[in-house]
Amino acid sequence: MELLIATGIGVLTAAGIYLTLRLRSFPVVLGLALLSYAVNLFLFSTGRLVTGAPPILSKDAAAYTDPLPQALVLTAIVISFGMSALLVMLALGSYLEGRDDGVEGDGAEDAPEATSGEAR
Amino acid sequence: MHLIIAPIVLPAVLAPIIAWVMRHDIVLARAFSIAGAVVMVGIAALLVGIAADGQTHPYFLGDWPAPFGIALALDRLSAAMVLLTTLLALAVVVHAAATGWDRRGQHFHALFQFQVMGLCGAFLTADAFNLFVFFEVLLIASYGLMIHGGGAERLRAGLQYVVMNLVGSALFLFALGTIYAATGTLNMADLAQKVGAMPAGDAALLRTGAALMAIVFALKAALVPVHFWLPATYARASAPVAALFAIMTKVGAYAILRLFTIAFPPQSAAMGGFLQSVLMPAALVTAIVGAVGVLGARQLFAQLSFAVIGSVGVLMAGIAAFTPEAASAALYYLLHSTLAAAVLFLLADLVVSARGAARDHLRPAAIAPGARPGLLAGLFLFAAIAMAGMPPLSGFLGKILVLQALWPRPDVALSWAVLLTASLLTIVGLARAGSMLFWSRPEAVAAAPGQEAAPEDVVPVAGFAQFAGIAGLVALIVALTVLAGPVHDYLGAAAAQLHDPAGYIDAILSRAQEGG
Repeated sequence: MELLIATGIGVLTAAGIYLTLRLRSFPVVLGLALLSYAVNLFLFSTGRLVTGAPPILSKDAAAYTDPLPQALVLTAIVISFGMSALLVMLALGSYLEGRDDGVEGDGAEDAPEATSGEAR
Repeated sequence: MHLIIAPIVLPAVLAPIIAWVMRHDIVLARAFSIAGAVVMVGIAALLVGIAADGQTHPYFLGDWPAPFGIALALDRLSAAMVLLTTLLALAVVVHAAATGWDRRGQHFHALFQFQVMGLCGAFLTADAFNLFVFFEVLLIASYGLMIHGGGAERLRAGLQYVVMNLVGSALFLFALGTIYAATGTLNMADLAQKVGAMPAGDAALLRTGAALMAIVFALKAALVPVHFWLPATYARASAPVAALFAIMTKVGAYAILRLFTIAFPPQSAAMGGFLQSVLMPAALVTAIVGAVGVLGARQLFAQLSFAVIGSVGVLMAGIAAFTPEAASAALYYLLHSTLAAAVLFLLADLVVSARGAARDHLRPAAIAPGARPGLLAGLFLFAAIAMAGMPPLSGFLGKILVLQALWPRPDVALSWAVLLTASLLTIVGLARAGSMLFWSRPEAVAAAPGQEAAPEDVVPVAGFAQFAGIAGLVALIVALTVLAGPVHDYLGAAAAQLHDPAGYIDAILSRAQEGG
């Protein structure tokens, strides 16, 4: 199970990073989503992998699984879900305003002059 | 002692009210937002008074004892940072209301209050995961503020900013997960105990987590090599937002200072001081990159963004020394550079709106006579002197303090040479910008084929209300200069408190032992 989880996190992270480095906004959005899945799985596994044990500490339970990472994952899921929605809206807005789907930097320096046809 | 949580609760309550009830009434929204900012300054002043007794004041949310529940902690450093945030927020919100920036998009004041909430929360929290949550609160608000005003360029820059920070957030979560896996806790005081007791042989995982965390905070602080998001973001954001963002880089610096003195003590066996060896070179390169950017920029807002990067370099050079003297010097410079960067951005807003079609391009153009060019030029001179760190203002004192604190180090020759060269380049760059903005001959402009037509339709006459935010910040810089002695004493005590974490750990964890 450790191998499966570790491989899963690794593949998700690699795919997420690859997609995040693309030039167009849609792959970037997908890449960030994959990256957030990888993070959630990783956080989930930081409490050690235990199967079939309750997430509470009681005198009757023979073993328990650490409940804190589950709470952390829940917070992280909520935040990353909201962020994905915001990112999609922002990418859409950027595309509709600029007629361009790219995320590549054009630097703070190269903004076109408001006035055209003037020699610097 | 519920006052400690007031800087988080007040904006958290105010923001939704502004967003829902007052979304169609800008006057009411302004009144409530400014009133909220004034009350926040009062609360922050009270918190500074409370923290001045030298104790760490914990606040347990839901009254759960510390390592199990979420704790906030108020000490001198947190109180000073909250006070700085609220003062800056007041100046910025007054400026945004006076210049009408808050009308150029929706929900400015609501997002603004959420941003202040996230900032205050990040400064007050005593829990690493809660730090992540407050980072997200302030980032989500900043995404909204970043694209405030709209426009294709700004949306493009906003998209890059959001993507950048989402990657940063993912990295933050990886770091938190790694640290939790290594220690089993995320409470800063509890971390300090666990890390202190951990033998060096077991520390590989912990060091990985701490290094990831340092990268995240370096990203927020815009430290080379993860600084590249800052110029595009600050230059494209609306000016009041850029002025508020002046404190965002300081959140990263604060987090490094807080976590890597208390939670990951540099002298402990588990940490072995690996961060210091990386942080100082990065800080010096940052100072140079910022200064070269200031010298080479062709647009005013881009130039000011690079000036912010340069100030981050000086600040981090102070923090990277990890001594109490250097930390207090860095904190003094932190207060100063936040105010100086904010005043420059607000001033640039007025200058740019008075230049008509030339906008912020550094080429000859007339300033509309109604915009009080003389006053603008005088204030720009003041702000540039402050930013570049020339006497007699607080920037000079801050830089001298940082340089003095670096004196005992073996690499003093290098760091002094780099920081002084960077200061010189910044002075030259800002002087060039100032003479281009205010001394260029209007005749030369008139010769260009009339595109400067009717700049008066942009800003007819600048009322004195537009200078209110700037005047407040200028007064603060003067106060910081005049009261340098008491302020530095306070910050020295804050740094000493930071480097003696026993009191902090004791204050937060003692409840758990009592409750048993």
